[in-house]
Amino acid sequence: MLTSLIAGTWSQLRTLGMVFRHAFRRRETVSYPEEAVYLPPRFRGRIVLTRDPDGEERCVACNLCAVACPVDCIALEKGEAEDGRWYPATFRINFSRCIYCGMCEEACPTSAIQLTPDFEMSEYRRQDMVYEKADLQIDGPGKDHDYHFYKVAGLAIAGKDKGEAQDERPPRDVRTLLP
Amino acid sequence: MSVPSESVAAVLIAMAQALAILVGVLLLAAVMTVVERRLLALWQDRLGPNRVGPAGSLQLVADMIKVLFKEDWIPPFADRALFVLAPVIAMASLLLSFLIIPWTPTWGVADWHIGLLFFFAMAGINVYAVLLGGWSSGNKYALLGAMRATAQTLSYEVFMGLSLMGVVALAGSFNLRDIVAAQQGLWFIVPQFLGFCTFLIAGVAVTHRHPFDQPEAEQELADGYHIEYSGMKFGMFYVGEYLGMVLVSALIVTLFFGGWRGPWLPPFVWFALKTAALLVLFVLLRAALPRPRFDRMMSFGWRVCLPLTLINLLLTGVAILWLSPAGP
Repeated sequence: MLTSLIAGTWSQLRTLGMVFRHAFRRRETVSYPEEAVYLPPRFRGRIVLTRDPDGEERCVACNLCAVACPVDCIALEKGEAEDGRWYPATFRINFSRCIYCGMCEEACPTSAIQLTPDFEMSEYRRQDMVYEKADLQIDGPGKDHDYHFYKVAGLAIAGKDKGEAQDERPPRDVRTLLP
Repeated sequence: MSVPSESVAAVLIAMAQALAILVGVLLLAAVMTVVERRLLALWQDRLGPNRVGPAGSLQLVADMIKVLFKEDWIPPFADRALFVLAPVIAMASLLLSFLIIPWTPTWGVADWHIGLLFFFAMAGINVYAVLLGGWSSGNKYALLGAMRATAQTLSYEVFMGLSLMGVVALAGSFNLRDIVAAQQGLWFIVPQFLGFCTFLIAGVAVTHRHPFDQPEAEQELADGYHIEYSGMKFGMFYVGEYLGMVLVSALIVTLFFGGWRGPWLPPFVWFALKTAALLVLFVLLRAALPRPRFDRMMSFGWRVCLPLTLINLLLTGVAILWLSPAGP
């Protein structure tokens, strides 16, 4: 009884001392609008549509991001250019619904859709949170600097026939394989 | 009928003093609401409220404007008369207790020989504020909070009174000015250390401050007895809590830390410094210690603190008799 009382009292006093010493620690919070918050490069924030190293759109309108999206905030329509490349005719992300999970980025086969370290997207009207394709597109390649989907993919487009992609062998005529 | 002009002047000066003390104490309690938030932030590695005015200095004004302009709603199921009366009692009983505090050798409202007993009486009346507030709200949480508060305050007041009897015995008086005078040379915290510890605990418990805030326990009771209060009625309970803090700090300074005594600096500065240090200790207690379970708190009061005060009182009595001129 007595020892537990003394031990308990000492524990309480020690707690007081330990908490008091927190007065001299570094603050965990920052005065946000005046002081910028450090965001790591892989921070999952505002979504952008990147371009390949040649400056062409990377997105091929495959809809995998829209399928992967758990909250269905991505909507796009396919368009086809004269050279055979696919591109999104419209691309719309509703950021008031987006949960910034990054699954679209993981699903994207062409590194087109990427999340960026930016969260400052407050709007007064909810409709203003719906970003159209023009709002999403950026000029650079984003995080993936060298990837060029059409140069490694087997799809034939104008100026690049089948078998002309990087590390791709010419197509074989399957009928010559017959025994 | 002619009145001697010097007595009129004396009355006017006394009234001005009393008014200044009233305003000063109220302001201090109001400022403590903000200071506490900043201090809590300091110990929780945060910045705290620093948006209103330069470095958050106008936060108090913002809070006051907010609480004054809130809708002052009385629930239809409440007992109106008691509901309105409770916050008045809460604040008035604590404000009245400040009558007996001797701030400096010349400042102080009342110089009564019953001094300390008046404080106990006011602390006893303060229980009614919580009890009536919780009862008249017509709310389960409020009633549970009031029930806890009443049980807690009553059991802690038992040994709060006893813990100060050692001081009274040493000074030979209930008058706080005599008690301060008796601390010439040695503060009573040295001979009355047990009394100091128990009075500090009892003071925290009687003002329902953390870690003895079971009556308000936000997590279980959603603020307990003042759950139905809004606007300035809630503000009075809220400021009352801080008034209690200031009161207990000022009393501890007067009773155990020699009041306004101290070298070099003027008496009032000493009193203010000591009181401020105790107020910071109050906030530190809140920042550091979690809330114990209610039954443990009650058993701590009855089974630890009460015996301690009795032992303290016994030893004090023995020492006084031993050292008295009559001798053993």
